[in-house]
Amino acid sequence: MNYDPIAIFAEWLRELLTSWNLSDDFATVILKLIGAVVVAGLALGIFILQTWLERKVAGRMQDRFGPNRVGPFGLLQPIADALKMVTKEDTTPESADKVSYNIAPVMAVFAVLMIWGVVPYSSTWVGTDLDVGVLYIGAVGSFGVLAVLMAGWSSNNKYALLGAFRGVAQLISYEVPLLLSLVIPVFLARSMNLNEIIGKQGDVGWFIVFAPLAFVIFFISNLAEIGRTPFDLLEAESEIVAGYHVEYSGMKFGLFQAGEFAHSFASAALISILFFGGWQPAASPWLGAVVFFAKTTFFYFVIMWIRLTLPRIRIDHMMAMNWKFIVPLNIILLMTVPLLDYFVKDLGATRMYAHFGLNMVLLIGAIVVAGRAIKKSEPDRVRFPERAVAVPPKEETEEVAA
Amino acid sequence: MTPLEVIFWIASAVILISAIMMVTRRNLVHAALFLIVTLFGVAVYYVLLEASFLAVVQILVYIGAIAILVIFAVMLTRQVTNPGQLFNKHASLALVMSILVFIGLYLALSVWPEFSAVAPEADTAAAISNLGTAFFVEEDGQPVYLLATMTASVLLLIPLVGAIFVARQKE
Amino acid sequence: MLDNWMFIGLLVIVAVALPTLPIVVARILAPRKPNAQKMETYECGMETVGETWVQFKMQYYVYALVFLVFDVEIIFLYPWAVSFDQMPLLGVIAGVLFIFLLGDGLVYAWRKGALEWK
Repeated sequence: MNYDPIAIFAEWLRELLTSWNLSDDFATVILKLIGAVVVAGLALGIFILQTWLERKVAGRMQDRFGPNRVGPFGLLQPIADALKMVTKEDTTPESADKVSYNIAPVMAVFAVLMIWGVVPYSSTWVGTDLDVGVLYIGAVGSFGVLAVLMAGWSSNNKYALLGAFRGVAQLISYEVPLLLSLVIPVFLARSMNLNEIIGKQGDVGWFIVFAPLAFVIFFISNLAEIGRTPFDLLEAESEIVAGYHVEYSGMKFGLFQAGEFAHSFASAALISILFFGGWQPAASPWLGAVVFFAKTTFFYFVIMWIRLTLPRIRIDHMMAMNWKFIVPLNIILLMTVPLLDYFVKDLGATRMYAHFGLNMVLLIGAIVVAGRAIKKSEPDRVRFPERAVAVPPKEETEEVAA
Repeated sequence: MTPLEVIFWIASAVILISAIMMVTRRNLVHAALFLIVTLFGVAVYYVLLEASFLAVVQILVYIGAIAILVIFAVMLTRQVTNPGQLFNKHASLALVMSILVFIGLYLALSVWPEFSAVAPEADTAAAISNLGTAFFVEEDGQPVYLLATMTASVLLLIPLVGAIFVARQKE
Repeated sequence: MLDNWMFIGLLVIVAVALPTLPIVVARILAPRKPNAQKMETYECGMETVGETWVQFKMQYYVYALVFLVFDVEIIFLYPWAVSFDQMPLLGVIAGVLFIFLLGDGLVYAWRKGALEWK
């Protein structure tokens, strides 16, 4: 079962390269370069499939067919889209800051592709096994923030700049609970290496059982980081036209789109790695990859589902939810979980139940407290019985009926 | 030259050039973007020193937070594209002073034997764990760095309080 | 370890080259017929009024600063979490106290109304 086609291929290629009198170090560089191209290419290949899948699922959920003209099941639609994208005129506003304007879409995609560098597909298939993997993912995310800011500023458009400012305020606000909730899986695994986190989950059980609350926080803040509905305030078209990329067209707009899609798939991958055991329980490389992608596709489906179901959240509500609910809850979680774990860390299954119980108590407490606070703080909330309703006079209705 | 040295010199050149570009830009946002390039180059230095944790923190804090803060601060000023005079009359004096400081630092460091020593092989996985115990655990009955860590935490609250105070006064 | 970072370095190059490629292809394939109207700033068809790069609210700056403070403090927590098995009770309590101080800043910002979106 432990048949590893990639390792066999890499071994064969290394022998081939050294037989051409290349030094061993140089062969390593070539192999790593091929690896980097495969990792980045795979992410973009998945993006192309995603555009089809997303539209198909959206169609089904809205009682439509979705793309069904080009190829069987509309499968060739992404290719038609790509052809259209590259042949569309690409306008740059006269007053834009040309260099930053062109760098921004590239950086948006760059930030997402870099995430895939440390994502383990299976026990041996991984871009690279960084010891600081979790923090690395947080770090490359900051390039995405920078891309939004550069695009909004360089467009020289009031809506774009306003959209960028709002977007950046959202992204950096939700990066706080993102980084805070990432501490929990790191804490449980005592490691920042993603493959070691997965390995630990094989030993003690998936972290979703240990830390359901951290999972919920991570999931919500990831949704906000992707910038999709219900958190699509970066591009709230009814308020600020299209947000930070209003001036972009053609391929450059397509790159922003690619960044968003690839980011949602990468987020789904991180969720399945950190809380659902990644490639566990399959130890064999290729089977592990199948398990990993199955889990990831499932969470990507959930992200799509949320996007297609919920309306956009109001901006002040979004900020309040982050700073007044999620972050305080996360801080309390981080103060109690280590204290508990110090006393139960050698207890095996009891440790799991203790963690789960603590999470549930905190969750119920948080919901009760938040529910009370919302009732108190929102006097302007619409209550239906108190609302004035227009009632037509009796005589007129009869006349109309006649 | 080893490949590592080549990367080191390229990173150094990028850092120096973008630093010079940064102080000579008239457009303040361009200056901020060149600052980001400089900070990225410093992260490459840390990687070359096998300090993975520091390299990642450099990106996370300096590019992810401080650079954003700088750009926001630039946007708060009215004149983004034309800040008026680039240099004031003390510019030449500042140049002389910084050259003197550089020479002084170089001379002071070159007599220090560790300056040219080769760094030992680093075990990064253990390094992160050691960092954690160094921050929070006492050593030989003396909590050496614990006090410093807590002080840093309190120190970080001060700019927060200050900024909120200033922002409230403006309203 | 440097081997790992070499991969990241190569990935940086690839991750910049891959999205640049379609832009270059589009530049060759796409038509380019600029005119004065097309190249104007698009603000819902209205003529642009005044300067775009206007002064922004202080509020955004405060959010960025709160974020920066949190960012730096969270980084201290990661080594603490990794080395938890070697922690005596003092270290555990010190860490919890550290997080408490972090929450302290949040409570201050909350009480002073810095977290209200206006």
